[in-house]
Amino acid sequence: MKVFNKKNIIIFVLILLFYAAVQALISTGIINSFYEITLATICINIILAVSLNLVTGFTGQFSLGHAGFMSIGAYVGAIINMNMNSTSGFLIGIFAGAVAAAIVGVVIGIPTLRLKGDYLAIATLGMAEIIRVIFLNMEITNGAAGLNGIPRYTNWLWLFIFTTGTIILINNFIKSSQGRACISIREDEIAAESMGINTTKYKVMAFALGALFAGIAGALYSSYFYFIKPTLFSFQKSIDILVIVVLGGMGSITGSVIAAIGLAIITTALQKYAELRMIIYAILLVAIMIFRPQGLMGTKEVSDLFKFKKKGEKIE
Amino acid sequence: MKKKSFLSLLAVILIIGLLAGCSGGEAKNENTDENGSATEVKIGINFELTGEVASYGVSNVDGIMMAFDEINANGGINGMQIVPVEVDNKSDSAEATSLATRLMTQEGVVACLGPATSGDFMATIPVAMQNEIPVISASATADKGVTVDNGGNVNDYVFRLCFNDSFQGVTMANFALNNLDAKKAVIIQDNSSDYGKGLAENFVETFKGSGGTIVAQEGYVAKDKDFKAILTSIKGEDFDVIFIPGYYQEAGLIIKQARDLGIDAPILGADGFDSPVLLELAGAEALTDVYFSNHYSSIDEDPLVQEFITTFKEKNGVEPNAFNALGYDLGYFIADAIERADSTDPVAIKDALASTKGFVGVTGSFDMGQDHNPIKSAVVIKLDNGVQSSSVKVDPK
Repeated sequence: MKVFNKKNIIIFVLILLFYAAVQALISTGIINSFYEITLATICINIILAVSLNLVTGFTGQFSLGHAGFMSIGAYVGAIINMNMNSTSGFLIGIFAGAVAAAIVGVVIGIPTLRLKGDYLAIATLGMAEIIRVIFLNMEITNGAAGLNGIPRYTNWLWLFIFTTGTIILINNFIKSSQGRACISIREDEIAAESMGINTTKYKVMAFALGALFAGIAGALYSSYFYFIKPTLFSFQKSIDILVIVVLGGMGSITGSVIAAIGLAIITTALQKYAELRMIIYAILLVAIMIFRPQGLMGTKEVSDLFKFKKKGEKIE
Repeated sequence: MKKKSFLSLLAVILIIGLLAGCSGGEAKNENTDENGSATEVKIGINFELTGEVASYGVSNVDGIMMAFDEINANGGINGMQIVPVEVDNKSDSAEATSLATRLMTQEGVVACLGPATSGDFMATIPVAMQNEIPVISASATADKGVTVDNGGNVNDYVFRLCFNDSFQGVTMANFALNNLDAKKAVIIQDNSSDYGKGLAENFVETFKGSGGTIVAQEGYVAKDKDFKAILTSIKGEDFDVIFIPGYYQEAGLIIKQARDLGIDAPILGADGFDSPVLLELAGAEALTDVYFSNHYSSIDEDPLVQEFITTFKEKNGVEPNAFNALGYDLGYFIADAIERADSTDPVAIKDALASTKGFVGVTGSFDMGQDHNPIKSAVVIKLDNGVQSSSVKVDPK
């Protein structure tokens, strides 16, 4: 299987076209600075949702601590970026934030991933709270007051690169043998184990990879919104990310992408109706859960819908 | 294969169309009368109307709206009616950034008021600097990173209407030294908030600098309930006053437990004491010889203050708190600047704000300082049997 086959080239060109089109809209001011914020929120939420989907949707480990990993990336990225006010500082910050989050993911994952279901959810929830309280009490993070004056380097280019990068990498991971091992754990852990899959290893791997991308999202977030404080990364934030994953469909990357875009557009559109916003948002969620409990996409991807199987041709 | 790429292309086009459809263009609908001069002026109101600190935001907005209604009823600013554009940032700093951007780039406001808390307000500062439209907060009291950035430069488009936390620490230290003749103080501070730590630091510095001694410095964290161990240990010491930099939830309990143990020294605090809950927790009897600094006092005999209190009660049915008073002043403050600028140009308004001299408000009259903080006096309120018995104005030095 060649990397540069016809299909990949077409996808690559389409991705570039999409980037250029949005960039053109930004340059001409059709997407103004207000809609750019929505765009940034969408991209960051996509990274968060897709990475959580790897842990919760594909590997079947119910995690409520994604905001904790995001906060590690956000703080590490912000502190490095504030001391190195340049694009390279920004990139080093993202890299360091991602690695720090992944290391914490491994350290926390090894003991907690022995737990199942509710117990794992509670353990990850507790872990995110511990991370938050640590940031609340550290000198370098400026405690409860938070860090302000973080330089803004996050723009459409970086958002685009990291978002598509996350989607492609996680998509490829799922289709690799490691990814299939993760899916088998979701389907039936005992059966997977009896087939010789080291379940702990793959669970920790998925967990660390999820944390890594959450760290990237956090670093992008801190550099876009100038200001971070510990309360931003509370339990509520983890739930927000989980809602996107569940809404889009656990086990569907395109589902997460669609849900992240849809929810951001709904939130922005309802911004003018402050009182009604939470009610409408909640009604939408309830309705979707009643009529499509498996989420918008279930475990299907968009490409599955356009599958026209010809003899001998293998799509995806 | 052909069909598939066609579909993908279609999807991309649809997405682009969707995004393009979102942008409604720059809505700068400036209404003008037949002479071509503006008849209304838009002011952004970006506050915490829901979420965890909603009580501060809502109180501020009540005050602002009352001020705007009065101004509009009296013919507006130079003939222009004020049109407030109110948005809710959900007590979320990212939302505050996003809404500030929307107000400035979509709604065409000439200035933004709020948010009420320091963190959310800080999140709007870069937006204000970028769009060159002033933002003003009535109650963001944090010392660092508000009107002056981390590098020590003044943020041109950022103003506030309240004194900062360190000023209260200094004020209470001077008050203890000069008005209460205290020489020895005990501090019981909230170690879990920057507010408590900042106040304690400034109190200690000023108190020691003027010849006082700190006999003991104890700490607690938010949500503590039992302070008897701390209080018993300080009971044996010789001191004149107790300073409690913290919020009313814990301060109320500390005051009650201290008085129960027979500690009758004066107790000092800051604007974190300003809540009816303090009375509920401590009880009327314990709230004697208690002093705290605040932005305004409801027993101030100034006719302006009394008139504000009466009108506010008529309108809202409750006694105004300090946040209502600050909001009310904020409404008049921006109106005053637009009137003096005689223009709806944000840059001219910024200059007018910066050159404010002798602004008279319910929370005191002030000049705008070089660093965009008001040079303003604080009020030290004395509580006896749970009611405000006297108030003293303490001027900045």
